[in-house]
Formats: sequence, structure tokens, C-alpha cells
Amino acid sequence: MGFEVLLKGSNMSRLLVGLAVALRISMISVAISIVLGVILGSLMTLKNPVIKVVSKIYLEFIRIMPQMVLLFLVFFGTTKALGINMSADTASIIVFSLWGTAEMSDLVRGALSGIPKIQYESSFSLGMTTAQTYIHVIIPQIIRRMLPLSINLVTRMIKTTSLVMMIGIVEVLKVGQQIIEANRKSSPNAAFGVYATIFILYFLVCWPISILSKYLEKKWES
Amino acid sequence: MDLDVLISYFPKYVEAFFLTVRVGVIGIGIAFLMGIISAFIVYFKVPILSFIFSAYIELFRNTPLLVQLFFIYFGLPKLGISISAEVCGVVGIGLLGGSYMAEGFRSGLSAVPGSQNEGALALGMTKSQMFFNVIFPEAFSLSVPAIVANVIFLLKETSVFSAISLMDLMFTAKDLIGLYYNTTEALFLLVVFYVVMILPVSIVGNMVEKRVHYKMFGV
Repeated sequence: MGFEVLLKGSNMSRLLVGLAVALRISMISVAISIVLGVILGSLMTLKNPVIKVVSKIYLEFIRIMPQMVLLFLVFFGTTKALGINMSADTASIIVFSLWGTAEMSDLVRGALSGIPKIQYESSFSLGMTTAQTYIHVIIPQIIRRMLPLSINLVTRMIKTTSLVMMIGIVEVLKVGQQIIEANRKSSPNAAFGVYATIFILYFLVCWPISILSKYLEKKWES
Repeated sequence: MDLDVLISYFPKYVEAFFLTVRVGVIGIGIAFLMGIISAFIVYFKVPILSFIFSAYIELFRNTPLLVQLFFIYFGLPKLGISISAEVCGVVGIGLLGGSYMAEGFRSGLSAVPGSQNEGALALGMTKSQMFFNVIFPEAFSLSVPAIVANVIFLLKETSVFSAISLMDLMFTAKDLIGLYYNTTEALFLLVVFYVVMILPVSIVGNMVEKRVHYKMFGV
């Protein structure tokens, strides 16, 4: 079936290292997206027309452009058009942060604008200061609304980073291809075993995270 | 940017555009059917089948399309199951999309309040009347936002087809960049064609969402 090729030498650990490469990119991008997303999302709740138009165009562009196109635009497009020469690593982190920030800011905006005005008014009438209102009333509610969805974003980020192999980063799929090529003679069925293993590996990474997100969503729903 | 280059590339992109749309539309159709069937089976807790379909939903929701396509296109032929790139694309989008659609329908079904069941039964409806005339229409309109989001997501995911050498928009752009090195023109056309493909879907989707919301809640 082609699984035996993974037991040869350090093949399995090479696959795992490849997976770690993809996960590292997604984790860095998630961290950047959360910070920038919270800032942009808060800005979007202000009623400033310039911010509104700019963020609307940005969100819509990211919403309709496939991540693969964005990768090509940043990796090949900037090199040719602007003369900037960046590594594939940097390009993919920029692209996934741009995408993640758009998604995250939309979540933050939704959570913020979903909090009724009465919450602020009651807090003020109880004598709370603005800082106290945010720390004790608004932010805890926002976190409850956003956390399950942002955890979901993490799994989507991990799944999307599999695309980085298309701009030449050696991650798990690329390593898999190399293993299959190297063992073409000795185990001709390696493609099945290797790709099935990668399939399962991705599942094992994303499944627990999506269960956590579902659990939190249920727990905080009531 | 060179206008002559743009004009000479244009027909290639048009061809790729129609291939992408064709595979996308057929795939999304299959995804829709798969989604409804899986959601029904899981909702009615059909023995054995509901376990199989839940496993399918979790498995495909938690893996990237690229990995799925590699498995189907390069892995399965080793077991003697060999399909063309185009069929592989349709199957990939269908299976991936099916799991997402199922999740959308499932959350719609679970969002219909229990009082609707009781109300329908109290009016003397049979179980099947209750489901098809009351529960399902409500659940369907509740899932419209998820369906719209999924359709856009799946259309975007078609860009991954280029990895299995299906001559879609992405593949055409990559090919032209490799052949003639007119990166700016190739990427510009790529962006334009994706906007032409997905922006209308996004706009119509928003309108449908608003309309359904209005019909349900009156605001």
C-alpha cells in the first residue's frame, strides 16, 4: 500500500518537520492577524467615512480573491512590479496575515456592534468609569462571542497554509513528493501511503481545534 | 503594463474562465446535494449511516483541499482508481463542499426552535408534513448566510486545481508567467477574471441574504 516507505530512514520525521514548517507560518500569521484584526475591527465601529470605505474595499477584495492568487500577487507580483525581493516565507506570512486580519476584523466588528447600547448605559449609571465598563462588562462579552470563531479561524489558517508549497516552500506536501520520487523504484505505491498519511496528519491537527471551538460555542451560547 | 500582451493573453483566460466556472458550478451542485443528504442523515440519526456521514463531514472539514486532491489524484490510482484531472476537481470540490454545506444545514436545522415541532404536531400534521412544510423551510432560510459563504469559499478554492494540472485560471497564469515572464500582465488578468467570477456571486448573495432575513424577521 505504500505505507512502508515512511518507516524507512527518517522519512516519517521529515514529514513531521514539513508539517511543522506549515504550522509555524500559520501560527505567526494568526498572531499577527489577531492583533491587527482587533485594531482594525475597533476602528471599523467608529463612524468615520474614510475608514469605512477603505476597510470595505479591503474586506471585499480579500473576500473574493483566492488565497493562492494573493500569494502569487505578493510573491511574484511585487518582485516584478516593485523590485522587492522577498523570501517565500515572508510572502506567505504577509498574505496569510492580510487574509486573517480581514476575517478577524470582521469578527471583532460584528461582536462589538452586537453589544446593545444599554450595556454601556447601565454600566455608566452604576457609576463605572469608561475603563471599568470595558474591562468588566464589554470585553468579557466580546471574548465569549469571538473566541469560538477565532479558534475556527486557526484551523482555516492551518488548512490554507498548505498552499505555500505552490510558491516553493518545502512543507509537508513537498516533502511527501520528495519521498515518493526518491522511492519510485523500491515502492511504486508510495503515493497512496504518503498522501493518505498527510491527509490523516492534517486531520489530527485540525480536528481537536475544531472540537474545542464547537465546545466553547455550546458552552457560552446559553 | 503592455496592452498587446493583455490582448494576446485574453482568449487563453476566457477559455480557462469557462473551465473554472464549469468545474466550480458542477462541483458546487454536487456539494449542495451531498450537504443536504448528509445533514438529513445526521439529523434523523439514521443508524450506521449517520456515523459514516459524521465521520465524512469531520474528515473533509478538517483537511485542506490541496491534500484531498493530491490523495485523490496521485494516491488513489495506486489502488487502481484512476480519474481525469477535471473529474478529480469536481469530486474534490463536491466532497469538500458537501462537508461544509452539511455543517451549514445542520446548524440551520438545530436553530429551529422546538416549539415549531410541537406547534406543527398540535395542528395535526404528520411527521413528514412537519419536516417538509415547517422545519426544513425554516432551517433552509436560516442556513442561507452559510450557503452563500460556502459558495464563495468553494469558488475561491477552485484555484487549487492548478496543482493537479487542470487548466484553470490559476494554471493559465502560472503557465504564462513561466513561458513569457510577463508577470504583471498575467497577474492583472488573473485578478480581473476572479473579480468577474466572484464579485457578482458576492453581491447577489448579499441581496438574497437580506431578502431572506427580511422575510423572516421583517427588518
